[in-house]
Amino acid sequence: MIEYTTTDDNPAHEDALGPDWELICGLEVHVELSTRTKLFCGCRNEFGNEPNTNVCPTCLGLPGSLPVVNETAVEYAMRLGLALGCTVQRGVFARKNYFYPDMPKDFQVSQYDKPTNQDGQLTLPDGVVIGIERAHIEEDTGKSTHIGDTGRIHGATSSLVDYNRAGVPLLEIVARPDVRTAEQAKWYVAELRSIVEALGVSDAKMEEGSMRVDANVSVRPVGSTELRTRCEIKNINSINSLGKAIIHEAKRHIDLYATGEAPVQETRHWDEAANRTRPGRRKEDADDYRYFPEPDLVPLVPTDAVIEQIRAGLPALPSARRASLATAAGVTPNEVALIVERDLDALASDAIAAGAAPDRVLIHAEQSMADGSGALTAEAFAALVRMETDGELSSTQTKDVLAELIASGGSPADIAAAKGYEAMDSSELEGLLDGLIADHPDEWSRFCGDDTGDAKKMAGFFTGQIMKATKGQADGKVVNQLLQARKG
Amino acid sequence: MSSANDEATELAITDPETAIAIASAVRAGDRSAREVIDTYLDRIAAHDGTIHAFNEVLVDRARARADAVDDTVAAGEDPGPLAGVPVALKDNLCTRGIATTCSSRILEGWLPPYDATVVERIEGAGGVVVGKTNMDEFAMGSSTENSAFGPSRNPHDTSKVPGGSSGGSSAAVAAGFAPLALGSDTGGSIRQPAALCGVVGVKPTYGGVSRFGLVAFSSSLDQIGPFSHTVADAAAMLEVIGGHDERDSTSIPQPVPSVTAALDQGCEGLRVGIIKELSGSGAGDHGVEGIAADVQARVTEAAERLEACGAVVGEASVPAAVYGLSAYYLIAPSEASSNLSRYDGVRYGLRVDGPSTAAMNTASRTAGFGDEVKRRIMLGTYALSSGYYDAYYGKAQRVRTLIIQDFAKAYEQFDVLLSPTSPCTAFELDAKTADPLMMYLNDVCTIPSNLSGDPAMSVPFGTGADGLPIGVQVLAPMLGEVDMFRTAAVLEHEAPAGGAAA
Amino acid sequence: MPDATPRGDADPITRDEVAHIAKLSMLDLSDEQLDLFTGQLAAVLEHAQDVEALDVHDVEPTHHPFGLVNVARADVVVPSLDRSEVLAQAPDVEDGRFRVPPALGEQP
Repeated sequence: MIEYTTTDDNPAHEDALGPDWELICGLEVHVELSTRTKLFCGCRNEFGNEPNTNVCPTCLGLPGSLPVVNETAVEYAMRLGLALGCTVQRGVFARKNYFYPDMPKDFQVSQYDKPTNQDGQLTLPDGVVIGIERAHIEEDTGKSTHIGDTGRIHGATSSLVDYNRAGVPLLEIVARPDVRTAEQAKWYVAELRSIVEALGVSDAKMEEGSMRVDANVSVRPVGSTELRTRCEIKNINSINSLGKAIIHEAKRHIDLYATGEAPVQETRHWDEAANRTRPGRRKEDADDYRYFPEPDLVPLVPTDAVIEQIRAGLPALPSARRASLATAAGVTPNEVALIVERDLDALASDAIAAGAAPDRVLIHAEQSMADGSGALTAEAFAALVRMETDGELSSTQTKDVLAELIASGGSPADIAAAKGYEAMDSSELEGLLDGLIADHPDEWSRFCGDDTGDAKKMAGFFTGQIMKATKGQADGKVVNQLLQARKG
Repeated sequence: MSSANDEATELAITDPETAIAIASAVRAGDRSAREVIDTYLDRIAAHDGTIHAFNEVLVDRARARADAVDDTVAAGEDPGPLAGVPVALKDNLCTRGIATTCSSRILEGWLPPYDATVVERIEGAGGVVVGKTNMDEFAMGSSTENSAFGPSRNPHDTSKVPGGSSGGSSAAVAAGFAPLALGSDTGGSIRQPAALCGVVGVKPTYGGVSRFGLVAFSSSLDQIGPFSHTVADAAAMLEVIGGHDERDSTSIPQPVPSVTAALDQGCEGLRVGIIKELSGSGAGDHGVEGIAADVQARVTEAAERLEACGAVVGEASVPAAVYGLSAYYLIAPSEASSNLSRYDGVRYGLRVDGPSTAAMNTASRTAGFGDEVKRRIMLGTYALSSGYYDAYYGKAQRVRTLIIQDFAKAYEQFDVLLSPTSPCTAFELDAKTADPLMMYLNDVCTIPSNLSGDPAMSVPFGTGADGLPIGVQVLAPMLGEVDMFRTAAVLEHEAPAGGAAA
Repeated sequence: MPDATPRGDADPITRDEVAHIAKLSMLDLSDEQLDLFTGQLAAVLEHAQDVEALDVHDVEPTHHPFGLVNVARADVVVPSLDRSEVLAQAPDVEDGRFRVPPALGEQP
């Protein structure tokens, strides 16, 4: 989970590019769809089983086998397409031909010139819009383990192939090169992940490979409109790595241009340990995939009725939830991004609707609910905030009661009473203040004097004394009102 | 490997039993399935050394299956419409635990872990699989000479080819090794060998028979169909293997048409068109070349017989049909180049080792594929490669549309169409192996139906000047099997002596 | 699909092109085979030029003779194959997996 803040301690900060260069970044995200079975056969779509146990003639590419598409995978794809504002259209599967042992048929069934989803967009919390070129359905490959001296491809003595993952449904979401900063790239991926999670179509874990991000990176002089050579960065395993990989790759390009050289178009791998990208091995003819329509499958032609049915079933998406809470709280969507990310927006909206002060609701949700709202109900939350704003509880007391409500629920009034947080009677406070004025006449005259700085200082002194005497139970605001009234 | 046989020998069965008669006798308990299979196994043992119809004869398994059929009958149950009928399967149909080689070194010894849908349906109907038949490697050829395991021979004259690519299946039926066989037809691979071997061969409507378990050559063209001595037997087999299969996305979601019921309907009033462009005579510049005069004469005679039986005969025009061969030799190799990529030495089949995966893949494929397969893979790779897609594959698929449109126009005027099946009768071994294009021309009359997806079948109709069988092709519109079989039944009945078995 | 570079009628396929597609096809050809195949492929491609006579500009390509659409299956688990049966067919196996020589290239 990333925080929606830019921090200066991030080594991958934009300033690293300097004022003269602009980043151009296009992101390609593969999401494994969380269907029960694979894309073209009834084998289980599960992670972590014994090798080659979730396999059948179809996903092993055995001679004579045929694919039949999983209707749920198609529905999930359309769901995500609609959530990204894509046009959901006639989809045609095509074969992408290349030899690789991970791929049982030595071609991958994907969608080429007729993807199911085309032309959408994703709006970042700060309002920046990233265009989506397409979101197409394809099958995953198996997995090779390289064994030998080094444990890596280079120097391996052989590879062992497990086809459990072969044929797992993927959606590849191809963004337009609209990303201009590494932070935007991170926000884009985080936002996409939230959408995918909200739709329930994938568990979207980058660390487990169920969400994979490739970044196409190039740079250009600020003010220019040209598109320079780009490199595709693979093997990025977290959102933080994404930011670092983009910055390092962009800097590499800038450094090359500075010395009169230029990058070559290639695939590079992010090396997390070394904090740099490395060139992949170039493969001859790798780009001649000889795509053609998959003759063993027929087109997917969603009717308007199906599209509308899926659209009607879409849950509220993060952008809409941010807008809704922002309106209710009277702030900008960006200011409630963290709360929506934490799934606290419904609670916050309900508490505000029940009359709680929006600013206090948002502050408590941000400061006290990093691990969720636990047993807290909107009613209790609203009642607590009302007690706070009415001066019945100090902010410290409010936090204590809130922690208790999150941990075990209950009524804020009962918890406050149990903790002995009785609201101080103002006559009780008046009596306390009388005694303090009598004991500290000099301080009192300074408080009443013309030196406003000194008066403030003395206000703090008297407030502190009262808090000390009441063991923090007095409401600071009420005390301040009392002091001002006495002074007048 | 068959023994070399330079002397022409006639081994075709002259008085074949029909599958329907066998099944009827076995179901009635008049004959045992075991006795039936033993008769056929004996004939195979006697003559398949010469014919080489089979890659493998399943002697023990077939006997065990026959015994099981007999047990079913003894238990008072019905084993099904193919009860005890021996069936030969082309060796590109997957059979669980039984080698399925496609007559290729690259799949030699591969034991599929599953049965093709058609195999399940045949065994479910009481049929007894007798063996796996020889074929051109991966169904690429028109003579069965492209088998890695040696050619099959034509039972009517063993110095001649049986046609191809399903030459083992057609030869098996013609030689009396099985009353029924299955083949696959991508550009004529059932109909042409049926014609050359004097048996009935049917390519059903594309999608009419499930392709699940058929090792793919060209997925958008491949169709499985029967070989038999009689039109009625072919109809019975089609009714067993046809109909929807949810494991094949291109399977038509309809029950198989009841073709048997149509066999005795005659052809009164049926509108029959002779395809002008596929006729040797009078086609001029607009037709294909190379149709032998004796073959064309039989087609004309067939039309006359139909007319005598009440059909309305005329000349039909399918102008784009002449471009079928060109379109086919771009589409089929393109799909094949992709379908055959999986033979890479990783998961099954032949592996020739190398220092890297790519070197191993290349060594395995180089050693495992024969020349014709290599030629077609390369032709397809070329036709699909960047820069050429639109000019070749893309254009060929558009030509395909034109052929479909032209057929549709012809079917506004006619119920069925007629043409030769093969431009010539069976030819000598090695006569055409040196020139691939010359071999490809054998398919000129059969290819258009594969491109359009329409059904077509070959019916024996007399012999040629050389005394060898000639087949007449009956073509029908998509799902028009009923009219096609009606016409075929009349032709079978009206065939000149020596042309049909029944 | 990819844009076509229009191919001139007069350009027969070259020996170098045949060598290139053999490599793409993972086939190793001898010099003799290269010569033979170049001639044979050129003849087939030359014959295929007869479709140039047809104007197919406004014609849609046919990929399926029978115009089926939306064929799909329910997302229901079907038993997988027994692993030992699958691996029994493999040329080389280790640790429940298919063993191959090291992959030198990258997966695209």
